[in-house]
Amino acid sequence: MSSLPLAAVTGAFQVSLHSYLYLAAVLFAVGFFGVLLRKNTLVIYMCLELMLVASTVALVAFSRYNGVLDGNVFVFFILTVAAAEVAVGLAIIVALFRRRQTVQVEELNALKN
Amino acid sequence: MSASDLLFHLFAVFTVACALGVVFNKNAVASALCLLLSLVGVAGLFVLLDAFLLAVLLVLVYAGAVVALFLFIIMLLDMQGGDRKKFTKATVVSSTLAGGLLVTGLVSFAQRGQVAVAADVPVVGSTLRSYAEQLFTVYLLPVQIVGFLLLIAMLGVIVLSKKFEGLDDIK
Repeated sequence: MSSLPLAAVTGAFQVSLHSYLYLAAVLFAVGFFGVLLRKNTLVIYMCLELMLVASTVALVAFSRYNGVLDGNVFVFFILTVAAAEVAVGLAIIVALFRRRQTVQVEELNALKN
Repeated sequence: MSASDLLFHLFAVFTVACALGVVFNKNAVASALCLLLSLVGVAGLFVLLDAFLLAVLLVLVYAGAVVALFLFIIMLLDMQGGDRKKFTKATVVSSTLAGGLLVTGLVSFAQRGQVAVAADVPVVGSTLRSYAEQLFTVYLLPVQIVGFLLLIAMLGVIVLSKKFEGLDDIK
């Protein structure tokens, strides 16, 4: 069994590539909106992760609709890098909290002026 | 409308709703749990796109490790109930404007782009074997580099987590 198309089980594959791209765009925009709106560093970081995941949706959709595997492999690498990035970012946030006792961005203004 | 269409719309609405939950929840723990649900929705979309391995990996790596790490840090830092100050009007207006502009731009980009797609594309990404063949032939160098990156990240986190006691000049 070299491949197992899900469409064989659930019916014809009719959702177009554009639907997936719209979804990825909306998800990315929601993440971007959160990054701009929120003040809590941890929530901002979560929204960044959301943006990253939105880009992976677009990559997997492109890969599926073109019949190649490269997009999926790229998502594989994105997942790995994201795991490393989260570990380092959270370590930085913890170090910041230790020094400043806050994670709210409006209080972290040491570089202002 | 076939079952996969219905499932796509279901997962899409679920994912976006949970993503909005991440943004609008006052409590950081609730945000993290919404992120978890949103990632589960994205994993469902990956299954619809026949990327079963990626769906499993997303749940394992993101939902298992990353969100657990987020929850751990949120509870470790013990913030007093998330955001303390109200959003200023300028922040709300400008971020809404920027988000709206971004979604308009991306949607028009997706709409006008000429994407040549065959009607019935064979599924290539559903087995572990196909990933292994790609990863260990074409993408062998990136695999090595990513492994090295993970090592560097681990060392970096250890260095960052240490307390600087003898270094007064860092203050």
